[in-house]
Amino acid sequence: MNQVTEAYVTAHQNLAQNLAGQSVAWVRQMREQGLSRLQTAGFPTTRDEAWKYTNVRPITKHRFTPATPQRDGLSLDDTRRFALPGLNSHRLVFVNGHFSQALCDLSGLPEGLFVGSLASALERDAAAVEPYLGRCAPENSHGFDALNSAFLTDGAYIRIDSDCVLERPVEILCVSSSDGEDLMNLPRNLIIAGAGSQSIIIERYVAAGGARYLTNSMTELFCAADSTVEHYKLQQEDINAFHVGGLYLRQERSSRFTSHNIAIGGSLVRNALYADLADEGVECNLNGLYLGTGRQHLDNYTHIDHSKPNCTSREFYKGILDGRARAVFHGRIVVHADAQHTDAQQENKNLLLSRDAEVDTKPQLEIYADDVKCAHGATVGQLDADAMFYLRSRGVEENAARSILTYAFANDVLERVSVAPIRVELEKKLTSRLLDGRHLENPS
Amino acid sequence: MLRISNLQVSVNDKPILNGIDMEVKAGEVHAIMGPNGSGKSTLANVLAGREGYVVTAGEVLYRGNNLLELEPEQRAREGIFMAFQYPVEIPGVSNIYLLKAALNAARRHQGLEEIDAVDFLTLVKQKLKLVQMKDDFLYRSVNEGFSGGEKKRNEILQMLVLEPRLAVLDETDSGLDIDALKIVADVVNTLRSPERAMVVVTHYQRLLDYIVPDQVHVLANGRIVKSGDKSLALELESQGYSWIEQGPSESTPMITG
Repeated sequence: MNQVTEAYVTAHQNLAQNLAGQSVAWVRQMREQGLSRLQTAGFPTTRDEAWKYTNVRPITKHRFTPATPQRDGLSLDDTRRFALPGLNSHRLVFVNGHFSQALCDLSGLPEGLFVGSLASALERDAAAVEPYLGRCAPENSHGFDALNSAFLTDGAYIRIDSDCVLERPVEILCVSSSDGEDLMNLPRNLIIAGAGSQSIIIERYVAAGGARYLTNSMTELFCAADSTVEHYKLQQEDINAFHVGGLYLRQERSSRFTSHNIAIGGSLVRNALYADLADEGVECNLNGLYLGTGRQHLDNYTHIDHSKPNCTSREFYKGILDGRARAVFHGRIVVHADAQHTDAQQENKNLLLSRDAEVDTKPQLEIYADDVKCAHGATVGQLDADAMFYLRSRGVEENAARSILTYAFANDVLERVSVAPIRVELEKKLTSRLLDGRHLENPS
Repeated sequence: MLRISNLQVSVNDKPILNGIDMEVKAGEVHAIMGPNGSGKSTLANVLAGREGYVVTAGEVLYRGNNLLELEPEQRAREGIFMAFQYPVEIPGVSNIYLLKAALNAARRHQGLEEIDAVDFLTLVKQKLKLVQMKDDFLYRSVNEGFSGGEKKRNEILQMLVLEPRLAVLDETDSGLDIDALKIVADVVNTLRSPERAMVVVTHYQRLLDYIVPDQVHVLANGRIVKSGDKSLALELESQGYSWIEQGPSESTPMITG
């Protein structure tokens, strides 16, 4: 156990009695298990297969302080600037991982939708949470997830009743606000989509200040039978921030899940998604887009467990890297012996805009059933020289031609984004970060 | 309009063009013919400014200015249009977007305002009819999944919208059936005008039945070995290229049997 881990154990001893629901035996036990897992497993290293291309030393050499609720933190005006125009969401706001009732917009909640903070659920109604919390995440978790579980106390708690069809998306806005004290935000979100329900959930990570901090988030999402869930994760952390986040998903019979995993901010980022296709007839679509510049390191790890027959999974991740940015795509698909008639496809495409940008892409298929359809493909390339010349020969200047082709590369991921205000935001970010700020009409 | 003098070009240190001289005046249509590997497409690509073609000697003047020092996009804005032999597919960029970007680049260069969206659509749809393409072509990605003939017609559509001063058609006839060939030729003919010049590169005489050239140049081994009027094309049609490759026919008797 190194000094940093020891410091977290000490911090835990000091904090534990103040954490929500600590009087509840199973909650206390879950935290203790997390802590002991952290002590035994430690933080992952590049010797771990799943972390081969991502060295987390820049994170683990620091001792971060678990953030506590701020007394006079952000104002409504501070958070309004993060609103996506036209989104019209049910908005839950968390500051450094802690629920902030005053900053939320929860007017007009429909019947059948419950939204609130996990902390208050643990205090008031822990029994309702017990069948779900921690049930999606694997027991042999890595150090970061163990750390999250050790300190788990707050985050979004969203429950959508059976057959409830949500007209507006639910937004979880996680704002980091730190003044250079090396804070650690540990949001733990729990989302339960009831049978036959339909919903759009948007998880966003933004920063109100520019200090170094760590977001170490975990989201557990249960899709009951026949439910349809579209999940967005927009990671727009500060450029100095560290972000290690995991989405743990369980899908029941004939549920349909689509995720859009967007990584834009952060200096060192790990974005993991674990999907357990736990029953028959499940459809799981994982889309991703990562845009790296400067010295950013953006790691995408996905793990799909095809546990039962007749399930379909589609993965489509694209990355655009400029400067000295580095990215990882590691897509693991396990088709278990029982999962006959699995149809799994994985595609990862990368565009390198500079000589110094780098990407490691690693498909990992493990197939134990014999009657399955699995395919994967990965590409890494530069802008097509012939296409560049073609555009220039039509009078388009070189820089504009680069921008058009870069935009075009991202387009098939953007087109999958069904929520227009998010698509607009992504187009803006693409423009400001990779197209020299040049405004460009969508070329498609 | 275009004056090429002693143009010598290498690709990967291999000489391809070994001294081309020709002059194209406004209002004229010149055909460049020749067997495969004679340097026809190299000449077209040098005029368009493609990378990898190294000019080792000679010059190209376009409207009195050194063409070779201009970037490809500058050439386009100065009114040069190249219809490519193999138009590239550009997924994610729609035809209409490219047409508009190209037209507006030219307009800005001329000091004009960008074209109004409604006017543009009216203009493009009218041109689309001329090449007998359906409206949905506008909204498809540039050349993606187009047949060979559709790609060539798409080049001609761009030419119609951009109304160039000098058009270079590089084997636009290859991959076209006779109906499509007629459509393309008709459109090219409507663009003929006293202010406009065209260079038509082709392997076959067939296209020149429909686009009748003022002059025909025969290229072989990187040189123009013969120039003449349209009857030269017919001569090539009946005799083939062998007499050129083997030198003048009267001094090289055919060995048969």
